[in-house]
Amino acid sequence: MSDAPRFAPGAAVRVKDDWPERRGPCHIRTPHYIRGRRGTVVRPLGAFANPEDLAFARPAPKRTLYHVLFEQEPLWHEGRPGDTVMVEVFEHWLEPVPATPVAAAAQEEA
Amino acid sequence: MAAPPRPESLALLDRLMAALEARGIVTEAEIAERQANTDKASPETGARMVARAWTDPAYRALLLSDGTAAAERMGVSMAGAPPLGVLENTPARHHLVVCTLCSCYPRAVLGYPPGWYKSFAYRSRAVREPRAVLAEWGLNLPDSVEVRVVDSTADYRWMVLPMRPAGTEGWDEARLASIVTRDALVGVAVPKAG
Repeated sequence: MSDAPRFAPGAAVRVKDDWPERRGPCHIRTPHYIRGRRGTVVRPLGAFANPEDLAFARPAPKRTLYHVLFEQEPLWHEGRPGDTVMVEVFEHWLEPVPATPVAAAAQEEA
Repeated sequence: MAAPPRPESLALLDRLMAALEARGIVTEAEIAERQANTDKASPETGARMVARAWTDPAYRALLLSDGTAAAERMGVSMAGAPPLGVLENTPARHHLVVCTLCSCYPRAVLGYPPGWYKSFAYRSRAVREPRAVLAEWGLNLPDSVEVRVVDSTADYRWMVLPMRPAGTEGWDEARLASIVTRDALVGVAVPKAG
């Protein structure tokens, strides 16, 4: 899992809408307010031992960590357009999404 | 003042230390060294790095591309410390650092985090209404400036490189460092010349 980063700077991504804390004890570094939300990869930050394993003393393979940028307003339904939140997110929490609605429609038609 | 540790807590600590030493994980001496480094660390370190970056373009480039190396260049021991990233404020963008999950803080270059940084109020509000939080600190940014909240959620630690204020032309590094406060390095304030 510590291979080349899957996402390049500028890639449109969606944070998985996953809530492992509802399934049992866990340690995750993905804040609730970005789950299921779309963001843009700023850059990969390197590979780090997966904290979800590390916290339970399990073998912890390295995962690529990214800086991902989110617009403030869609996250909170308030705030000034143009303001942003940048969050460190591990690769296994990210899914690719088409960059624009137009691209999404084109993909559906294809 | 915190209450003195209970005897059973100290006994437990002794047993833990003995177990860690027996397994070759860490020694008393290494812990003492880390404690000394942590006690030595203060926002003055970060301020010196910023003042150097304001006066030395090569150091500025290093600071922005590899904060860990830039800290080591200033004599900070970064061995075992999380990597340091530095966020550059510009006329168009202001960074504000928070750790919503706990209290991650660039201790190697800023020392211990202040109480407010660890408070639920700051952690929950900075990420959601950063302009309101900044206004309460007396910092009103124009709408033309993007406020970028940096949620320190994982393995990096983040420090802000503020903009050098007008009125500091010709100042030497020591004088420049004297106006770079801890709050400016977190992003809740900006340095002022006066």
